[in-house]
Amino acid sequence: MHDGVALGSLLLALLGGIMRVSTPFLFVSLGECITEISGRINLGLEGTLVFGAMSGYGVSWLTGSPWLGVLAAGVSGMLLGLIHGLLCSLPKVNDIAVGIAMMLFGTGISFFIGKPLIQPEAAMLPSWHLGSWSHDPQVRDALRVNALLPLGLGLAALLRLAFKRTRLGLVLRLVGDNAAAARALGYHVVRLRILATVAGGFLAGIGGAFLSLYYPGGWNEGLSSGQGLMAVALVIFARWDPVRCALAALLFGAAGALGPALQSQGLTQGYYLFNAAPYVLTLILMTLSWRPGQTLAGSPGELSLTNRS
Amino acid sequence: MDGRLPDHAASLMPDGPLSIQAIEISKRFGDIHALDQVSLQVDAASFHCLLGENGAGKSTLVKCLAGFYRQDGGSFLLAGREQDIRSPRDAHKLGIGMVYQHFTVASGMTVAENLMLARDDLPWLLNLAREHQALQSFMADMSFRLDLSARVADLSAGEKQKLEILKQLYQKRRLLILDEPTSVLTPAEADEVLGMLHQLTRQRKLTVLMITHKFREVTAYADAVTVLRRGRLAGTGRLPETGTDEMASMMMGNPENRPVQTGPERTIPAKAQSMNLAAERLIIRGLHGSNDRGVPAVTDLDLVVRSGEMIGVAGVSGNGQKELVEILLGQRDASAGEILVDGLPYRATRHEMRLHGVYSLPEEPLRNACVSSMTVAENMALRNFDQVPVTAGWKTGWFLSRRRMVARSRSLIAEFGVRPPDPMLPIDGLSGGNVQRAVLARELGQPVNLLIVANPVFGLDFAAAAAIHQRLQMAREAGAAILLVSEDLDELLALTDRLVVMSAGRIVHAVATADADPVAIGHHMAGGHA
Repeated sequence: MHDGVALGSLLLALLGGIMRVSTPFLFVSLGECITEISGRINLGLEGTLVFGAMSGYGVSWLTGSPWLGVLAAGVSGMLLGLIHGLLCSLPKVNDIAVGIAMMLFGTGISFFIGKPLIQPEAAMLPSWHLGSWSHDPQVRDALRVNALLPLGLGLAALLRLAFKRTRLGLVLRLVGDNAAAARALGYHVVRLRILATVAGGFLAGIGGAFLSLYYPGGWNEGLSSGQGLMAVALVIFARWDPVRCALAALLFGAAGALGPALQSQGLTQGYYLFNAAPYVLTLILMTLSWRPGQTLAGSPGELSLTNRS
Repeated sequence: MDGRLPDHAASLMPDGPLSIQAIEISKRFGDIHALDQVSLQVDAASFHCLLGENGAGKSTLVKCLAGFYRQDGGSFLLAGREQDIRSPRDAHKLGIGMVYQHFTVASGMTVAENLMLARDDLPWLLNLAREHQALQSFMADMSFRLDLSARVADLSAGEKQKLEILKQLYQKRRLLILDEPTSVLTPAEADEVLGMLHQLTRQRKLTVLMITHKFREVTAYADAVTVLRRGRLAGTGRLPETGTDEMASMMMGNPENRPVQTGPERTIPAKAQSMNLAAERLIIRGLHGSNDRGVPAVTDLDLVVRSGEMIGVAGVSGNGQKELVEILLGQRDASAGEILVDGLPYRATRHEMRLHGVYSLPEEPLRNACVSSMTVAENMALRNFDQVPVTAGWKTGWFLSRRRMVARSRSLIAEFGVRPPDPMLPIDGLSGGNVQRAVLARELGQPVNLLIVANPVFGLDFAAAAAIHQRLQMAREAGAAILLVSEDLDELLALTDRLVVMSAGRIVHAVATADADPVAIGHHMAGGHA
């Protein structure tokens, strides 16, 4: 009987984790998905995430409107995406190296500009209390939903359709699959890739706003714990499909909630080990989705990460 | 109607196939005259071939016409009207389409998506049902079919080339430029593709301008031919009045010193009879292997190559030949089966290769057999840089002697005629034929027991190809066992002693080359075996 209750509340805690933790994964991975579909990889989204968190928090504090903060986070993400896109368009520049530099630049500049933002309290994003019918505080807590989560899930479905049914989607896939073919048809490969990187930066910035304006909330230097990097791995695991990205983001959210959930159950031993669950999951999934001597099905042909030549 | 701007000149042009006149086109790249006042006349609805050795300027000329390059001098008349073609888009507007030597289809996308992308007027939001209907009715008018929902990665080379042409036709091109479109096709596939293009010209739907190396295609399909040589117009003629000898002499200037193979003339070595007695150098038993996507590519393959014998492996590309070569060269693991060299198990380690004298000339040598950023001398030493002649120092030789490495490279360069003869150049600065020569020098610079060769003359001109063929024959005369994998059936018929045909990862046909029937081989290559 006692075990049943414990399992129930563990599942509730995991559900709560999905609601809170998965949203940044979701937005960063969708952004990375757009960029990678066009044949570029942006490892700098971790920096974009942190920069978005800082600028979103700052604008929300200054204007009092958290939604303006979200917009500002997206725009500042676009800015970092633009820098990445432009740098990678120079001859003989490797996108992975630029990505790592941009990751360090993004986090560094955020810490630098964000110093005065650690103290003040900015307006937070509101949430829907879907669990108000229940008297159980755990149920109420697990069913608190922020508007960004359904927005992101809807965006994933929309992106999947867009990649198949719009000209821009088809052209982006073409550019990522075979740049020479795209050029032969008269498309501007570099311009489209910059566009895709800017769009990816926008979404990653919004993921950052969720961190500072909803959960965990506030601005400090330990806000992100590598979600931006894990989202890159997640895109590969999801085989460049936005809907699978969304599902994987939810899974990662649940894994991220495992440690705190078990702790709230009174399990103190190995607490740090369970906190490592998302990272372990990343490693396991990457190992499972890769086999020697094979290319990944569905991988964009131009991607330097999976390119065999 | 009178007030139209010059930009709209395209819409003023008559419908139907285009005629082209190129007048004294010149193009320089740095100090090199790629094109020097070349003129060309292609009649509407004709099938026109452009011949010339590598570097003759054929590709440059058609790229100017297709808007990829801007000529430095001269002009183009299309349907008798002068046109300024500044970009590929301008060329598209005029109805000019281009099919390249290398595929420009997106292999991760479907046939339907590739065709839709080719449309210039694709709406931003697609009505997939209507698009598919349009594609289906377009496909129904064509003499060959492709599955619209198939992923391009799963198509054969021939099907990909057909898709390239379908893409152009779907865009209603009136002039089609093709740059060696059949270099990766079987003769049967080439005939199918070229036959269809020829038919379209007869129906007055299309003008075709094709770059080719193959006289067979010129004599079979062309109405007229223009020959370029070293960036200049070498001659022009109508078919069938112009013979292959005449074309060859235009291409090469001095035909006496340059024997040219036209058609399947072959030289069967006299020692073919004594072959059964020779030692079995390479034995492959029940070999299985998978491709990059984990799909079985080589299935239950048995093959024996004896010393002093050249075995040809024919087949349409993508039927497991590449994977077979990669397994034999240690680039890929076999999933089952046995390989014996000189009777001993062979797993393609560096040690075994050295012990048994296994050497190779893989396809795309710059990628598969060279370190492209290293110098010619370093690349030539890749096999033996850690061995005593090249290493120096106390007893075992811990140090690499660059002096000896460069000296050895110089003698190989002289022996094999690598140009330019400078061992210190990075190898990726050499032309394709000279990279191939440099690799050949490394692999044949010592006695060879077993030689694995794949498409050795792909994309090379006649002279370079003939030189490489001669080297292979010399190695065989010296007693090497040679496995020659090639997509060019004429090459296999001319060189090999025995021929096997690979289809879907298996050997489906084996025959002594002397008794080989090209029709039957083509049939087996196309998968038509019982």
